[in-house]
Amino acid sequence: MFEFLLKRLAQIVPTLIFVSMLIFGLQQLLPGDPAKILAGEEQDPTVIAYLRTKLHLDEPLPVRYAYWVGGVLQGDLGESVRTQQPVLELVLQKLPVTLQLATMAMTIALVIGIPAGIASAVGRGTVWDTVANVFALWGISTPNFWLGILLILLFSVQLGWLPASGYVSPFDDLGANLASMIMPAFVLGNAIAGVLMRHTRSAMLQVLSSDYVRTARAKGLREPAVVLKHALRNALTPVITLGALELGTLLSGAVLTEQVFTIPGFGKLIVDSVFNRDYAVVQGVVLVTATAYITLNLLADLAYFLANPRLRA
Amino acid sequence: MSAVLPLPPTAALAQAGPWRRAWRRLRRRRVAMVGLALVLGFVLLALFAPWIAPHDPIATSWGAIRKAPTATHWFGTDEIGRDVLSRVIWGTQASLLAGAVSVSISLLLGVPIGLAAGFIGGTVDGLISRITDAFLACPFLILAIAMAAFLGPSLSNAMIAIGVSATPIFVRLTRAQVLNVKVEDYVEAARAVGNPPWRIALRHVLPNVTAPLIVQATLAIAAAVIAEASLSFLGLGQQPPAPSWGSMLNTAKNYIDNAPWMAIWPGLSIFLLVLGFNLLGDGLRDALDPRAR
Repeated sequence: MFEFLLKRLAQIVPTLIFVSMLIFGLQQLLPGDPAKILAGEEQDPTVIAYLRTKLHLDEPLPVRYAYWVGGVLQGDLGESVRTQQPVLELVLQKLPVTLQLATMAMTIALVIGIPAGIASAVGRGTVWDTVANVFALWGISTPNFWLGILLILLFSVQLGWLPASGYVSPFDDLGANLASMIMPAFVLGNAIAGVLMRHTRSAMLQVLSSDYVRTARAKGLREPAVVLKHALRNALTPVITLGALELGTLLSGAVLTEQVFTIPGFGKLIVDSVFNRDYAVVQGVVLVTATAYITLNLLADLAYFLANPRLRA
Repeated sequence: MSAVLPLPPTAALAQAGPWRRAWRRLRRRRVAMVGLALVLGFVLLALFAPWIAPHDPIATSWGAIRKAPTATHWFGTDEIGRDVLSRVIWGTQASLLAGAVSVSISLLLGVPIGLAAGFIGGTVDGLISRITDAFLACPFLILAIAMAAFLGPSLSNAMIAIGVSATPIFVRLTRAQVLNVKVEDYVEAARAVGNPPWRIALRHVLPNVTAPLIVQATLAIAAAVIAEASLSFLGLGQQPPAPSWGSMLNTAKNYIDNAPWMAIWPGLSIFLLVLGFNLLGDGLRDALDPRAR
């Protein structure tokens, strides 16, 4: 266990170094002088000169990278050109909102995707299988911002049941918070449910044709016990790892969903900074996202490791 | 005895080339054919947009602002009186172009890099694999948004951003396929008769890894179409007044309570085009992958 963890951690270090280079390198894509672009429309020469020294723009590229990475390692992701707030502070402010959205979305995805996958595998070739497959295809092919707009049209404009936008903190009013989060969470969960359904279906089909399932049936166990106790437990392990890869989809999707429903989270932060040409914030958000994604995948690997006794030996 | 019998149908099938056999298997899958029909339908719309579209897609009309669908404007009009149907038809060009160009960028970058990593191995492989991991650690759309933001908003920059962000998938796939193929006997044989490494890589390895790449490319076009629509929705893709489905949805969002037709048609078009590529990709996987049969 300890050795496994150490090995995985050692793999992460070079990845993180390249991630930091990649994100730092984004700056090189800016057409023209970064100081002039960051200075905004006024082009105040003192501001340009200040930015030039602050960002070490006169130094060679590797030196600038070293300065930047040194700051990042001390928790300094730079500051917003617009609000002068430290980027880390901004990110930490917005993170809880997106975490709630992501948790709700993942719950919806699991609650829909896994049972649909089981039903589809158990009833292979039946109408359930078709229904589940059509649902998965719908989930994968629907742009989530469009689904969001359609839900607003139905539940907010036509029926008037749910608010179209306007985030409420759960600490102020939990009911209003859930009412404002349920549509965006469903929009995000819908796409992932489709993917989870497909993974669960193929894993279940494989497990259901294995010898120990045949043995379980032969010794007279009832079908629900065979499917849920014997087959599902083993089918879920690959679903955990493959599902963890969907966390990227979750974070990407949050950008658009938060935009549609005006939720002040992480995704809205990145879009707003893109519009404000607040590049330090964009870099900071991508860096935090990538680090979170790597960490979550590590946790998923650990869960996979713990769920599979054969690996522990 | 068996020599005088007519060839069984499977043997006749085996005599045809592998691509022809794959096409026959694909043709038998009705769902894949629906996907192909959807894709071809949109390609025709894009090619013949000037003749099919009933109105000028950027001509404004202050007398027909946000009008519900009528006989002259089948899909209604938008906030400055442009014909939604014509804009949806013209918007097909941006979406298909984005899908095709960005996936071509991913293939042109990803396949040679993956081939090099898998074929050369060693330090080259280690370095390429770690860089690929780094790219894959940044969620695809977030990386594309960040790149498009730094490059500046335009359709071509969006295509570059999407293409580069999707490249690591092709690097990884090509590398994995090459590792499988390069230990095959025919590659060993090619080496034994004295072929130079580049010739083995291009003539003997590459042709044998194309099937999974075709499947992945088809599915990647679906993802690229959604990504382009997403970037345009955020204002980072096709710039106004040129029509694109994503930017149409962005405007439509503001008029959802009194002009829902502005949102329905562009979204439905994205859905159908993406569905088409997904169905075709799934069908191709079944038709080309011998393990799935």
